[in-house]
Amino acid sequence: MELLSENKRAAIWSIALLIVGLLVWELSISAQAVNTGELTEYELLTGAGTAKAGVPPPSEVAVKAWQELSNPFYDAGPNDKGIGIQIGYSIYRVLTGYFLAAIIAIPLGFLIGMSSVAYKALNPFIQVLRPISPLAWMPLALFIIQDSEASAIFVIFICSIWPMLLNTAFGVAGVREDWVNVARTHELGAFKTAFTVVLPAAAPTIVTGMRISIGIAWLVIVAAEMLVGGTGIGYYVWNEWNNLDLTSVIFSILMIGVVGMLLDAAFGLLQRRVAYVE
Amino acid sequence: MANSFLSIEKLTQRYPDGKGGEFTVFENASFGIEKGEFVCILGHSGCGKSTIMNILAGLSEPTQGVVKMDGFAVSGPSLDRGVVFQNYSLLPWLTALKNVTFGVAARFPDWTKQQVEDHSIAFLEKVGLSGDAIHRKPSQLSGGMRQRVSIARAFANEPKLLLLDEPFGALDALTRGTIQEELLKVWSGTDQTVFMITHDIDEAILLADRILLMTNGPLARVAESVEITIPRPRMRTDIVEHPNYYAIRNHLVQFLGKRSAELAGQVSAPDEIHSPETVRIDKTQDDAVEEQPLLQAVKT
Ligand SMILES: Nc1ncnc2c1ncn2[C@@H]1O[C@H](COP(=O)(O)OP(=O)(O)OP(=O)(O)O)[C@@H](O)[C@H]1O
Ligand SMILES: [Mg+2]
Repeated sequence: MELLSENKRAAIWSIALLIVGLLVWELSISAQAVNTGELTEYELLTGAGTAKAGVPPPSEVAVKAWQELSNPFYDAGPNDKGIGIQIGYSIYRVLTGYFLAAIIAIPLGFLIGMSSVAYKALNPFIQVLRPISPLAWMPLALFIIQDSEASAIFVIFICSIWPMLLNTAFGVAGVREDWVNVARTHELGAFKTAFTVVLPAAAPTIVTGMRISIGIAWLVIVAAEMLVGGTGIGYYVWNEWNNLDLTSVIFSILMIGVVGMLLDAAFGLLQRRVAYVE
Repeated sequence: MANSFLSIEKLTQRYPDGKGGEFTVFENASFGIEKGEFVCILGHSGCGKSTIMNILAGLSEPTQGVVKMDGFAVSGPSLDRGVVFQNYSLLPWLTALKNVTFGVAARFPDWTKQQVEDHSIAFLEKVGLSGDAIHRKPSQLSGGMRQRVSIARAFANEPKLLLLDEPFGALDALTRGTIQEELLKVWSGTDQTVFMITHDIDEAILLADRILLMTNGPLARVAESVEITIPRPRMRTDIVEHPNYYAIRNHLVQFLGKRSAELAGQVSAPDEIHSPETVRIDKTQDDAVEEQPLLQAVKT
């Protein structure tokens, strides 16, 4: 018998699980709709029968998705924008905050990684600032910056800086001394050494930090936008919840997942490019 | 000795011993190496061979003393002193060829890309690497191939002095034999000076003009300088037939087996200079083993 490759078997399993999951979801909701009226005592106790805002079946979500995705960029006023526009705002904020963080974190990480004095001097600050939930900065940011847009970007900045900073420092400090010695015996200057030896040597660790950061930034932007409102996918979810439009809520949750996955995949690709085997 | 091509003058290295004091790896070590010479240094593990080599390379500073090359004191690493590290030290993200061009481009900054590449390929060919192997990353090469790349990188830079730290330590005997011959091929016909650390007596006899013998540490000394009185070109299969071969080999084995320990750890007067005693064993001219009398503190 011809055996299918591992990937093919895995794909078949994934599709099967998806179909079963969707079927169970669909059927449980239509069953619920029929069941109302005659409740068992147990159902009464657990509250299963109480009127719900109406969790939609997947078919409804699919219809919604089709509608939204076939016209993602329409703009009909502040509370009615296409999903593409909302996601666009979120991505713009994430990338702006993220790149500002990278511009500071990577050079600073180099410094900390190369100089143990810099490491010791900065470490106490990093240790105190790092565990602060990024959203805790929001009130302060709003007060100081006086602008909700910039505050959201600041929150992204502050949450994505730490993994990049620490990973860069760790990667740079861990560059094998032999490789640095190769640079030294070839009389390379500090900059040449940093770019031709230290950077490629530390790149896998640095990119891992960047990948963690982008993941955190995408987690945080949803919460930040729920707070600051206006635009963005986080605001969209919250707005649809206020409208009790659960179909849109579920649809946008899925979109958040898909965009997060794509961002991660992009860094996965970069990670594969800079990887090397010792 | 003071006007040798490479002169090591009163080199002392001490390290903290971890208990608040210090221990001395070697003290006032002095010796010279002539231009174009191939010198091997033999000694037990931990006696300070790598320490000496790192000082010669300019990668570390001695506690005291100077190293002069061409009359100028060595300070810091230089392209004039090429190094082959024990663990190859190839940059793993670059292909074999790129690892060599990396060095050549640093050495000859005025060259065009094509010149750099042609020069690098030529040197890779000299050590027996060509074809698609040179476009592979070090992780896709065998240990022997990696060491060849590392040797090609060092020689392609045409440094005046080449420092090799146990370059064949991790290789099997067969590969080792081939690369030793390739090394001799690349070196002969140049006026490059080679200083090589090894643990292998036969390898040292095959390659060297002179073997420096170190006593055990701490307070190690470069105690003897044994001339290899076997004419070149040497083939590994032929040299064993030479009348001097076993005489020299026995002398080395005796030293490493017994005398390196007996001579070890002698505390000396503060300004006593430790120069190696020259040993010349030549059975072809005279049947008796001829050893020069002990030359000590008198020598400068
Ligand atoms: N940075 C250091 N700090 C303290 N002690 C050191 C340092 N480097 C080397 N040593 C000590 O100096 C001595 C000589 O070391 P070295 O590496 O030169 O030995 P070696 O002759 O090259 O040995 P092997 O043949 O095993 O490579 C050893 O006792 C070692 O422990
Ligand atoms: Mg060593």
